[in-house]
Amino acid sequence: MFSPAVLRILGVLLTMFSTTLIPPFMIAWMGRDSGTAAFGLAFLGTITAGAALWFSCRNQKRELRVRDGFLIVVLFWVVLAVFGTAPFLLSPFPELDLVDALFESMSGLTTTGATVLSGLDQLPPSILYYRQQLQWLGGMGIIVLAVAVMPMLGIGGMQLYRAETPGPMKDSKLTPRITETAKALWYIYLGLTVTCALAYWLGGMSIFDAVGHAFSTVAIGGFSTHDQSLGFYDSPAILIIAIAFMLISAVNFALHFTVFKTRSIKAYLADTEVRVFLGFVLVVSAISVLTLMASETYASVTDTLVHGIFQVVSIGTTTGFTTSGFHWWPSFLPIMLIIMSAVGGCAGSTSGGMKVIRLVLLYKQGKREISQLIHPSALITVKLGDKPVPDHVINAVWGFFALYILSYVGLSIAVTATGVELVTAFSAVTACLNNLGPGLGQVAENYASLGSASKLVLTAAMLLGRLEIFTLLVLLTPAFWRS
Amino acid sequence: MKIIILGAGQVGTSMAEILSREDNDITLVDIDSEKLAGLQDRLDIRTVHGAGSHPSVLEQAGGPDADLVLAVTNQDEVNMASCQIAHSLFHTPKKIARIRSGEYLSHPEIFVDDAIPIDVIISPEHIVTQHIRNLIQYPNALQVVSFAKDRIQLVGVRANQGSPLIGRQLKALREDLPDIDSRVAAIYRQNRAILPRGDTVIESGDEVFFLAARQHIHSVMSELCRVERPGRRIMLTGAGNIGLRLASALEQSNYTVKIIERDAKRAKQVSGQLDRSVVLHGDGADEELMNQENIDTVDVFCSLTNDDEANILSAMLAKRLGAHRTMALVNRSAYVDLLENSLVDIAISPRVATVGTILTHVRKGDMVAVHSLRRGAAEAIEVIAHGDPESSKVVGRSIEDIQFPEGTMVGAILRGDEVIIAHGSTVIEPEDHVILFVIDKSRLREVEQLFQVAVTFI
Repeated sequence: MFSPAVLRILGVLLTMFSTTLIPPFMIAWMGRDSGTAAFGLAFLGTITAGAALWFSCRNQKRELRVRDGFLIVVLFWVVLAVFGTAPFLLSPFPELDLVDALFESMSGLTTTGATVLSGLDQLPPSILYYRQQLQWLGGMGIIVLAVAVMPMLGIGGMQLYRAETPGPMKDSKLTPRITETAKALWYIYLGLTVTCALAYWLGGMSIFDAVGHAFSTVAIGGFSTHDQSLGFYDSPAILIIAIAFMLISAVNFALHFTVFKTRSIKAYLADTEVRVFLGFVLVVSAISVLTLMASETYASVTDTLVHGIFQVVSIGTTTGFTTSGFHWWPSFLPIMLIIMSAVGGCAGSTSGGMKVIRLVLLYKQGKREISQLIHPSALITVKLGDKPVPDHVINAVWGFFALYILSYVGLSIAVTATGVELVTAFSAVTACLNNLGPGLGQVAENYASLGSASKLVLTAAMLLGRLEIFTLLVLLTPAFWRS
Repeated sequence: MKIIILGAGQVGTSMAEILSREDNDITLVDIDSEKLAGLQDRLDIRTVHGAGSHPSVLEQAGGPDADLVLAVTNQDEVNMASCQIAHSLFHTPKKIARIRSGEYLSHPEIFVDDAIPIDVIISPEHIVTQHIRNLIQYPNALQVVSFAKDRIQLVGVRANQGSPLIGRQLKALREDLPDIDSRVAAIYRQNRAILPRGDTVIESGDEVFFLAARQHIHSVMSELCRVERPGRRIMLTGAGNIGLRLASALEQSNYTVKIIERDAKRAKQVSGQLDRSVVLHGDGADEELMNQENIDTVDVFCSLTNDDEANILSAMLAKRLGAHRTMALVNRSAYVDLLENSLVDIAISPRVATVGTILTHVRKGDMVAVHSLRRGAAEAIEVIAHGDPESSKVVGRSIEDIQFPEGTMVGAILRGDEVIIAHGSTVIEPEDHVILFVIDKSRLREVEQLFQVAVTFI
């Protein structure tokens, strides 16, 4: 099954990834910080490994099959997370063991934003930048990037693209050719990032912080260069910028593409998913703000509004930025927010969670069943906008939902079994499976206090969540490995 | 090039496959979403589900930017309407449509910009009929394609034991036939291409492609294989569009034609449309019927129904019962590879024949004809060299000086009405029609570029 053709592509991808270690190396080298040697070595190691794999299988060019797509994507995410640990391990600061480094690296790539680090403000800038960059690369999808820049992935590109892109309907392409589609997605992504960085910079951040936070905002990641996250700046303007860009990034990028092409925002307004998503965020914000006001958690009304909405958007889009933490918010708010992250953003965006569209479809399917009970001989079609949704899509959504719940329960029991108390265990699994980041209880600030076994389970949960369960679980079935 | 293909049938799918591998943006439209899903998995194309003639579907398929609309749905009317709509709404520069019905085809004056704006009409039945006629005319040929308004033909034959050129060098051809100019364009030995040179020795079993003026084809062929006289007794099965057209074309050229049709109604209808041919009502694989109709004296047996398997079986049966040469119409390309030269003498792929005609209009440069050879692996093209020595990379240069990509062979040139068989020293003049054989299709782009005139030329 590990055919040479698969290994060859893996080699190509790894070689490509190695070049992303150059920017942090430059930062380390120019700032003469302690990460110089680490990034230099990590770069050489990764490029050597990648090139060796590529070279040894260079003549293996066969078309990718559907199965290869799954295998390559999963293998690459795992291999990348493993190689991504190198700078953490090689650099003198922070001092991390292998499990911690893997957790941090996977958390970065999957845009979870859960961290085992504290004392961020004292770390070398190169390491801080590297963490932000990991999130940015993982946000739109490293495979999608590879398809965009490497025409050699051409035809097989579609198999890879599908195994990585989130959402229930993966067949829609923006342009006839997959390379062009991937490029368009990355241009939009890049454009958003640059705009976001500029906005942050104008809002008062240093250039370094602005770029770093733009990376993790647009990727819906949640890593920050400060322990206090965005609360560090104590600036409503920055929080408002963050709210705007988190919301934009949680919308389907295909819609951004359409809007950009037609130069009218009609596409947003006409899209059911976006409307439901925004409505949902609005309702939860209102509930939170009112509860916060009633309990007088914040001193002023402005603070309540800004912090309330910011926190709801940050959790609702699965970003996971915090200002002062939401775990000490009164009453039901913490648990409501953490459950809200399971909904996530829109399909085809950089956000995590189950995606709004799936819940919309589940709801509509539920409604259909009820109508069916009332009118037993009626033929009822589930529609999205004004288009009927094929039954196989709805079935896939049901399957996804079942597996999601199953994974959630299974992982929670596994984490609890490693000796973690219940609230921490369940919230940590929710936060990792939905690529959110911060949890409740012991993991409200960071994940350093958990044991290695718990961290490994959570690392797996992050990957499972990022690849939307199916892609990873496919590999775990015996049928996949039978020839 | 941005191309919208309407209809994911045989031709639409093959075109999507070929064109998407050649750096084109393809959008395929069909009303069958399951068919599309399968194709999208396999090919790097976009698919749109819907009726090709609906403006909203065309728009969704990228109508406003499209350079070419290729309407190949199975309905003439849909194809015509789609071209009309693409023209009115998006001013699509080029529209190609498949029209089958003879009713429409007999009135070319309706296909103009202010009536039904279709630039190129393709009629697969017509193309396939022509193809089969050529094959009947040259009994030993594997493939016959025409260039320069039928003045030059490219013929593929299998060299067989006992013919004059076996075991001798290619240049001996010139000694044997001093008055006839011809050019061997390619030789395939055990399915591998060999670039022919003067000292290449022909072996038995080689597949030889040569170009010559039409009147010389027979003489050249007789050097390579024992030429049989063209058979006059033809038996066809399946009186569909192709069968009927072929039968009526053949009876006009004094062939004796028998045509078997399974459907009594259709058989009756066809017998009314044919003059001298005998229309038989019966099954194409009925041994009894074949024997009664003297299958053992039939020179060419052609099965032309729209069922691949039935065609193959009746051709095999005919061969066993003594038909001299058998041909079967086979759509599936996997079958074509399986069959040829073993069970059936020639497998005719309507797909390959039609695709070549469409390619003529899709290629860059001023193409007059494009023919797919050897099931699409190689191509023979007729292209016009425009420009002058300044703006063109070919005009004013002798063939040996032109930097052709490897595996490209200039076969002949049509200058005005004169056919010139190409040699290394032949100099290409403006407006010459150059006929090339390209063994490796992936190099075709380079050939196209060679013939494109520099931008400064107006």
